[in-house]
Amino acid sequence: MQVEVRIHGRGGQGVVTAAELLSVAAFNDGRHAQAFPSFGSERTGAPVVAFCRIGDRPIRAHDPILAPDALIVVDPTLLRQVDVFGGLPDHADVLINTSREPDALGLGELGERLAPGRLVTVPATELAREHLGRPLPNAALLGAFSAQTGAVSIESVIAAIRQRFPGAVGEQNVAAAMQAHRHLQTRPRALQRGSGAELQIGQGSHA
Amino acid sequence: MPESGTRQIEGSRAVAETVGLCRPEVICAYPISPQTHIVEALSNLVQAGRLAPCEFVNVESEFAAMSVAIGASATGARAYTATASQGLLYMAEALYNASGLGLPIVMTVANRAIGAPINIWNDHSDSMSQRDSGWIQLYVESNQEAVDVHVQAFRLAEQLSLPVMVCMDGFVLTHAVERVELPTQAQVDAFLPAFEPQQLLHPSDPVTIGAMVGPEAFMEVRYLAHHKQMQALDQIPEIAAAFEQRFGRSSGGLLRRYRTADAELVVVALGSVVGTIEDVIDELREQGMRIGALAIKTFRPWPAQEVREALADAPVVLVLEKALSIGIGGIVSQNVHSALQGTDARIHTAIAGLGGRPITKQTLRALFTRAHENELGATTFVDLRRDLVDRELQRALAKRRSGPHAENMLRDLGAVAAGPLT
Repeated sequence: MQVEVRIHGRGGQGVVTAAELLSVAAFNDGRHAQAFPSFGSERTGAPVVAFCRIGDRPIRAHDPILAPDALIVVDPTLLRQVDVFGGLPDHADVLINTSREPDALGLGELGERLAPGRLVTVPATELAREHLGRPLPNAALLGAFSAQTGAVSIESVIAAIRQRFPGAVGEQNVAAAMQAHRHLQTRPRALQRGSGAELQIGQGSHA
Repeated sequence: MPESGTRQIEGSRAVAETVGLCRPEVICAYPISPQTHIVEALSNLVQAGRLAPCEFVNVESEFAAMSVAIGASATGARAYTATASQGLLYMAEALYNASGLGLPIVMTVANRAIGAPINIWNDHSDSMSQRDSGWIQLYVESNQEAVDVHVQAFRLAEQLSLPVMVCMDGFVLTHAVERVELPTQAQVDAFLPAFEPQQLLHPSDPVTIGAMVGPEAFMEVRYLAHHKQMQALDQIPEIAAAFEQRFGRSSGGLLRRYRTADAELVVVALGSVVGTIEDVIDELREQGMRIGALAIKTFRPWPAQEVREALADAPVVLVLEKALSIGIGGIVSQNVHSALQGTDARIHTAIAGLGGRPITKQTLRALFTRAHENELGATTFVDLRRDLVDRELQRALAKRRSGPHAENMLRDLGAVAAGPLT
């Protein structure tokens, strides 16, 4: 089964790197993956999109992902500025970086449309500040994504982070990822959905 | 020594590592998006001493890059460069010199649109504009194929003593992180013999390369260039077969057929869009449509006979291409028409993806269905915003000084643009 992920953030937040790390994590899991940015002359602070496909067969397609099975919103200020939920099917998983609960985001319509428990939040920036001393939430988001969807294992996420960022910075990111992973695992909704290797997302049309 | 093995790696990095494994002795390049990551990675390899002996020459322009490659190649060095878009145009004069002199330079073109209006995104306008330059042109579908075809390109170039362009879609491939199996140094060394130049500038054995040739022999020199390039039609499949035998992967070659055996409609395309097309073909096949694809891997020389054979049983042919020959339409399409001369095939042209316009599965599904139902005209501009065009045409009719088209249309779209306020 193929899973298509879209990541929304701003230039400078490491959105492209997050997609790449996700693909490396999937690769570490022995799967096929493809990460790519939305191409443009990106500037710091401008809305940026990156994509990742994960599957069990070689990935041939090279089109942008219009109907993602999973969505990661790195910067919650985009929720009011960009159509981040564009093309999102009802089965999709949504992960938003915020310390607020999903119900407090004023996304009522989306919450009703998505399958129960698919809209999840994680305070990734707070976790990053705590572990890295800097507001770089990607590692925490990937840890949370692993717990939310099971599309990649936390072990492979950690390995991908260490490969990309050797040394102290990598370990700080690993700590943030692990805490975010635990954060979701201890949530009642996440527990209901399980957090093991079983693939939870992508019940759409992808072969 | 560059690294090998299966990696999850950016296309540009994979190409740089592979070019490194081919042991180039001179790399000269001027950075331009979306080629930059390739030459950056190569300059790092050279600086780190992982690629030796090799000289990385920082040049002041693409014209200089190709000129340095010509000089290096003429003195017997294996020479490599890479460019895109305006950069390729800027080296156009030197391109003809490289091929006219028969110098086996290998160059990556990270395909990108040509301005004006300036546009950094992917299409095939750049390499297609140089299709008559005497260079062999190979188009790749994936980063794995980009890796494999670069290894083959050096062997092909040096066997024939002709320059080879490896065309890979800018951003779509160069900036995509995919699983790629990088060859080992031993594998590449066994496949790619040391460069033995056909002609050599050397102080101990002085010769002239590039003399003036008048009407008495110019036709013959040009004929030989054509004759030599046509030999690639035999050598490319041989090299691809040798590659497959040694590396266990099928890559490159002249053409590749996909589910064409009983196809009523065959889509002809080249580059990274082929994979997307194949996914759509699988979907449509499940719904009962007899559809297949023909991927063009070698565009120059043009494998006319092979194309004709591959399309012999297809009543309908749809050529989908990412370039436009202004004043006539399709470019690949003209070549397909010439290959199918005298047959009954109904041939449609679809111009798609210019300047990075995404070619989505949804669009392809609709396009192929219309082609199959015989609802397409001779040439279709895929996903063209007709409303935008009509508004601008009206504006131009209404007022002589209606201003620049590009900026007018950007203003219609609400994008920031320069130009007069109305």
